[in-house]
Amino acid sequence: MKGLVRFTLNGAPVAVATEPLRRTLDLLRDDLGLTAAKEGCGEGECGACAVLLDGRLANACLLPAALLEGRSVLTLEGFRTTPRFAVLKECFEEAGAVQCGYCTPGMLLAAEALLSRNPHPSERDVRVGLSGNLCRCTGYAAILEAVLDAARKGEGLW
Amino acid sequence: MTVRVLRPATLAEALARLAESRCTVLAGGTDLLVRHRTAAGALPDLSGDVLLVGRLDALRGIARDGGALRVGAAATFAELLESPLVPDLWKEPFASVGSPAVRNVGTIGGNAANASPAGDSLPLLAALDGVLLLQSARGERMVPFRDFHLGPGRTALAPDELLVALRLPLLPHDRGVWWKVGPRRANAVSKLSFLGLAAVEDGIVRDARMALGAVAPTVVRVPQAETLLAGLRAVDVPAAADRVLALLSEAIRPIDDVRSTRAYRREVSLRLARRFLEEVLPR
Ligand SMILES: Cc1cc2nc3c(=O)[nH]c(=O)nc-3n(C[C@H](O)[C@H](O)[C@H](O)COP(=O)(O)OP(=O)(O)OC[C@H]3O[C@@H](n4cnc5c(N)ncnc54)[C@H](O)[C@@H]3O)c2cc1C
Ligand code: FES
Ligand code: FES
Repeated sequence: MKGLVRFTLNGAPVAVATEPLRRTLDLLRDDLGLTAAKEGCGEGECGACAVLLDGRLANACLLPAALLEGRSVLTLEGFRTTPRFAVLKECFEEAGAVQCGYCTPGMLLAAEALLSRNPHPSERDVRVGLSGNLCRCTGYAAILEAVLDAARKGEGLW
Repeated sequence: MTVRVLRPATLAEALARLAESRCTVLAGGTDLLVRHRTAAGALPDLSGDVLLVGRLDALRGIARDGGALRVGAAATFAELLESPLVPDLWKEPFASVGSPAVRNVGTIGGNAANASPAGDSLPLLAALDGVLLLQSARGERMVPFRDFHLGPGRTALAPDELLVALRLPLLPHDRGVWWKVGPRRANAVSKLSFLGLAAVEDGIVRDARMALGAVAPTVVRVPQAETLLAGLRAVDVPAAADRVLALLSEAIRPIDDVRSTRAYRREVSLRLARRFLEEVLPR
């Protein structure tokens, strides 16, 4: 039975009629046309579906829509318009941290979640921050470097 | 399949719902959504009434309560890790759960109620002699963790009861270890785990606790082994290690399953216990 879920999506208040147990991932991709979050594993292991829920990283494949009520969701589509994104984008490009790109939206939001809590992370902090995000292409070193670069270049932004 | 999702505003309302009908209680959903996963684009195969408890004030927060911490059942692992009230030694098992995204959503109450032998908060709850506050419309009761976790997926929760909070004694432990053995650093279900905590004062072991995870249907603690350590000079603990290990070895009941073998679990969990006794306790 559909019900109305009210939350903030990429900064704007929305009210969406949906099955309350519909996965946020399906809600975003199939109902709202926001396709940056990807389905990798569908069970919380890969981070390709990551979004920020009240500023914290969460896997949209494990989030029933009903849990969004009253909360704030940021997807890559919303993050893409920010100066922080611009720095991360540049650093990901320079480090060669994107190959097929499937993991990239999740990696970027994991980086944003990390840097917004810890603007000067150690390498270990970055490894922990990205530990729930799998990448089949890059071997991770370039991504690690990109996030550490972004922390330096984006000094003052986070 | 009909499913009704209930969002009680208060604990009393939640308990009234539970008294009326059998509900699936959902806190963070990180266990339930995996267990009831179907296909991409399709609904999880939960049916009946689903009761959302993750936002109930009565289940949230971490606060000092005399000589203990009262931890709301719906406190997430991220909240526990960020709380200055939570001792660093407790944070190690919490930090080993899943990944940042799982710790941001997964709750300690969900971990306890899920009652997987591999649940990473369970050895700590056992080692601390944590007490769980269960409430129903009929009343409330305090259940020690060892009487709560009955077996894989089995707890003392009645169908109309909610796990509301955990009372975890703040003990003067000054050293300890949490070792989790899994196939990957993040998002790994433990093959086995070992938690050791000790308080050493003036070179004497005042209190020592060992909890072995995933080597029996429930967490293994051996009171005799811990008693044997209490009162020893810390430097003499390595000499007592063989006797302690013999007691632990008798108590564990590891099994073969998809994650590991009986032999591996036995060997490694006892080695970790030895390392705690020989290297960490006398430090
Ligand atoms: C990718 C991934 C990695 C994971 N890694 C780990 C790990 O490393 N270590 C680990 O231990 N676990 C791990 N888990 C499992 C899970 O995240 C934890 O067990 C978490 O603590 C469950 O909490 P939850 O709030 O999400 O539970 P839910 O899914 O909401 O509930 C779990 C169970 O507890 C019951 N329940 C929940 N709250 C209550 C309550 N207040 N009263 C009564 N019953 C209740 C539910 O009915 C259900 O049966 C992982 C899960 C995923 C998806
Ligand atoms: S699709 Fe959600 S974590 Fe992999
Ligand atoms: S770039 Fe292909 S999965 Fe990461």
